[in-house]
Amino acid sequence: MSEIVIKVKDLVKKFGNFVANDHLCFEVYKGEIFGFLGANGAGKTTAIKILCGLSKPTSGEINVAGFDAYHETEKIKKSIGYMSQKFSLYEDLTITENIRFYGGIYGLSAKEIKLRTADLLEKLNLTEAKDKLIKDLPLGWRQKLAFSVAILHQPKIVFLDEPTGGVDPITRRQFWNMIYEAAHNGITVFVTTHYMDEAEYCNRVSIMVDGKIAALDTPENLMKTFQVENMEKVFLKLARG
Amino acid sequence: MSEIAISANNLTKKYGEITAVNGLSFEIKKAELFGFIGPDGAGKTTLFRILSTLLLPDSGNATLAGFDVVNDYKKIRNIIGYMPGRFSLYQDLSVEENLKFFATIFGTTIKENYELIKDIYIQIEPFKTRPAGKLSGGMKQKLALCCALIHKPEVLVLDEPTTGVDAVSRKEFWEMLKRLKESGITIIVSTPYMDEAGLCDRVSLIQGGNIMSTDTPANIIKAFNKTLFAVKSHEMYRLMQDLHEWDATETTYLFGQHIHLTIQKGNKSEIAAFLTDKQHKEVEIQEIEPNIEDSFMRLMSKH
Repeated sequence: MSEIVIKVKDLVKKFGNFVANDHLCFEVYKGEIFGFLGANGAGKTTAIKILCGLSKPTSGEINVAGFDAYHETEKIKKSIGYMSQKFSLYEDLTITENIRFYGGIYGLSAKEIKLRTADLLEKLNLTEAKDKLIKDLPLGWRQKLAFSVAILHQPKIVFLDEPTGGVDPITRRQFWNMIYEAAHNGITVFVTTHYMDEAEYCNRVSIMVDGKIAALDTPENLMKTFQVENMEKVFLKLARG
Repeated sequence: MSEIAISANNLTKKYGEITAVNGLSFEIKKAELFGFIGPDGAGKTTLFRILSTLLLPDSGNATLAGFDVVNDYKKIRNIIGYMPGRFSLYQDLSVEENLKFFATIFGTTIKENYELIKDIYIQIEPFKTRPAGKLSGGMKQKLALCCALIHKPEVLVLDEPTTGVDAVSRKEFWEMLKRLKESGITIIVSTPYMDEAGLCDRVSLIQGGNIMSTDTPANIIKAFNKTLFAVKSHEMYRLMQDLHEWDATETTYLFGQHIHLTIQKGNKSEIAAFLTDKQHKEVEIQEIEPNIEDSFMRLMSKH
């Protein structure tokens, strides 16, 4: 298929005697929406931290955006974007201040920041609200803005950790439209979610159980393999073991 | 017919300029499993805190088991079990110590009401000496439920017990609630997961401090009142854009591997003609039954 942007071979991560990631193997392609599912405690967060260059693997070969996860973590960090439900933007800064802050961190020039800010505000219909503090924005707006900020520096890959938790169903779909658009423009999207219908929006889905990848395929193939009609049932079959 | 366990009349609560709960009225029957379904910021937690006597309403009133939430708060606190949204047990006490603590506070013992929690407690008993802070999400939630139940409450108030919990633990949790309901406990539960509505006897769909609808899940779906199509093609991203721009489209939302579509007028063949015209291949168009989430979005766009 197309270019590989994440390559993971035999990733192992141990905390003492506990094996959080047990020989994970997978590849993610450019422009793909890759769903990374698993029950609480299955080892998703551990793996994501390694892929983002925040934690070192115990063993295995891991390459993200062309960089090695042992020695080139700083380069990895520059090539990726990240947002989660828990942490996204600074609540006490305004919309424009947040954009400027993130743009600055990722090394965009003042001119670029100005241009991209105007674009972004217009696209999200936030031009009039640009001087509002983040804490005064409804959750749905915040999450859409956080996603836009996470891809402001046009990263190769964006990691989304439960980006839509608690968001109303209409906003949740607007959010997914933005994900589709980003993927369409060549950004690889690596996403975790507890909403099983969202798993079906992904090109491919991996499901982790007890530190291992128990299944990895397109949603359609997974449903066929497990002979069920939706991803929730696939998940229940696997995770209940 | 049945006894009313909870009744609210025009409850309102404001924080500064924000109206968190806007004139809510409802009645919940004894031994009913009643759900408040809505996203973050809908007013669920504020409402539950008022019903649990932890917050005073600005206006309106509510009763639990006939007791007023403002005047009879002490009586209410003895007969309800409240599980707040944020995990609020003692993190450095063990599983068993937490349970003992809550039993003692309510003047009872674990032994006295063990029958009620037995099915749930058995699942966490192997970890009874572990500090509560070191339990997994699913186990924390089971312990919190045990602690909320240990004094055998008449009413169980559960604020988003399944948020952030994986699909497996969520399913187990709802199975536990079913069994508790059968023992005669009235349960009110809030959730942002629309698919959980179907597991309740009745639900209120809540958004921006207002109740949009209160009914059985089946009746809420019936009220959708519009033909709903599930549409699919070989290129979903373009399909979404094309349907979005089509004159005949009323609403178009992604739903798993399909797009759920309602149109102003017309039928399946007109949709097919439009998609052929736009050169979509492998097109599938089916008339389908709406679900609660479809209904919720329909109500949202009306309000």
